[in-house]
Amino acid sequence: MFLLAEDLTTKAADPDTSSAFVEAAKSHPFVAGLTVFALAVFVGFEIITKIPPTLHTPLMSGSNAISGITLVGAVLAAGAHNHDIASYLGFLAVVLATINVVGGFLVTHRMLQKFQR
Amino acid sequence: MSPTLIDLSYLVAAVLFILGLKGMTRPKTAVRGNLYGALGMLIAVVATLVNQEVVGYSLILAGVIVGSLIGAYIAITVKMEGMPEMVALLNGLGGAGSILVAGAEFWRQVDEQGIDARIATALSGIIGAVTLSGSLLAFVKLAEYKFVRALKPLDGQQFYNAILGGFLLLMTLTMVFNPNQLVFWAIVFVAFILGYMLTIPIGGADMPVVIALLNSYSGLAAAATGFVLENNVLIIAGSLVGASGLILTKVMCDAMNRSLLAVLFGTVGPKDDGPSADEVYKTVKATSAEEVAMMLEVASRVVIVPGYGMAVAQAQHAVRDLTNLLLSRDIVVEFGIHPVAGRMPGHMNVLLAEADISYDLLKEMDEINSTMEQTDVCLVIGANDTVNPDARNNPNSPIAGMPIVNADKARTCVVIKRSLSPGYAQIPNPLFAAENALMLFADGKQAVVDIINALKEG
Repeated sequence: MFLLAEDLTTKAADPDTSSAFVEAAKSHPFVAGLTVFALAVFVGFEIITKIPPTLHTPLMSGSNAISGITLVGAVLAAGAHNHDIASYLGFLAVVLATINVVGGFLVTHRMLQKFQR
Repeated sequence: MSPTLIDLSYLVAAVLFILGLKGMTRPKTAVRGNLYGALGMLIAVVATLVNQEVVGYSLILAGVIVGSLIGAYIAITVKMEGMPEMVALLNGLGGAGSILVAGAEFWRQVDEQGIDARIATALSGIIGAVTLSGSLLAFVKLAEYKFVRALKPLDGQQFYNAILGGFLLLMTLTMVFNPNQLVFWAIVFVAFILGYMLTIPIGGADMPVVIALLNSYSGLAAAATGFVLENNVLIIAGSLVGASGLILTKVMCDAMNRSLLAVLFGTVGPKDDGPSADEVYKTVKATSAEEVAMMLEVASRVVIVPGYGMAVAQAQHAVRDLTNLLLSRDIVVEFGIHPVAGRMPGHMNVLLAEADISYDLLKEMDEINSTMEQTDVCLVIGANDTVNPDARNNPNSPIAGMPIVNADKARTCVVIKRSLSPGYAQIPNPLFAAENALMLFADGKQAVVDIINALKEG
């Protein structure tokens, strides 16, 4: 234990390795993503605890439109500088995700208008 | 714009998604909730456009224009009856988008990706493809294309599914140690077949569960793609949708008193050794539209219980006319809606709202059941299993324990149905032969129109 602590202090004193420590203290992007994922799932469960049956379909189509967020990734893929296969995959993804987003939000709006009365 | 500002915009978008979904759970705030969601999406996309990695705008612009036109066209022209198909199709497109984005990133970054990104890429491909093929199959089933009837589950389906699952696991491992384009697209292909295999045995009354579950998958696919891109807004939005879809799935399963596993793997409930249909239907009494009109005339409280048959007969507009006629004569009219009536969660509510029936009249199962004994006439239109009293009375019935609308407890129950054919559960319904029940054998729409005419004449 002592040895280890001593080891750490000497290393921390050394400017080259201290930056490596800072690196190690930052969480790994995958773990950070997993943290966000787990918390967002809980938020999702919390905000949608009780939902009246009238809104089952609009909630589904509306949340479906939100899952079209993959459009963000599609834009990144389609907008990169090189025109390669990936940009065409990206283009196709932009088309499909936009149908998902625009169709989803619009149809939900249409449906909810009918519920307004 | 600096990466920090872009990330902050993503945070704003994520908050709007959360507020939007929360708003969608109350009728008063639902419209605003949906708009919050759309605004969040707009912010997220605009912030992405100014990302330094994005240099060419021609493909993006072309894609957004084409997609918007198609999306707007189908959203504006789709009939409310076609809503289940529409939702299924949109789910599938979201899944397909996630596959393509993960595929594009994999094409460019194959040598730079770490193990975590490789696994995420495989998962994106798997969940995206299962969502896509499952949704496409659900779409053709709901749209009732003729060729669907020829599609049958294989014998020993579970065995093949297990083999496909094993394949996917192996290929995911291959992705980790030897990533290449062929493996990724092979994963997508096998998962596509798996999605088909998982959805093909499910139909009829289980359809709402499938739609809700596919909704959840489409979110998870986006979240998996978020891991590939290390992009938080994808992860957050995707997992929110995943969670909300899962909640709906559970609501649907509870409404059928079945576990999710039982729906997915087609396990049937206890076997019914009860009497045959002929035995049960010995005491069935048929009635006429005129007789029903006479009963309605003297009723003070009427409950209408719609089922999938009402959607098929497109009787909702006729039902609205009948409702308005009865209301104008100071008769109380309410609707008893079973949570799984129809082909998707909330299907009956959408149809009745489309016909301009106020949602104040639509009552949930528990609420309507508490008033059933004070109801003079209960009109069952195209519902069967959801009003089968065996669920309450016969512990050996395949639907034992399933919550039902207690149509049999009304003073008189009139069932409008074309024949005595069984519902999705394939069991006879003792309600049809009950002492206080009358059958009106006719097409749902025609029967309601006939009742209206008889009421006006009488």
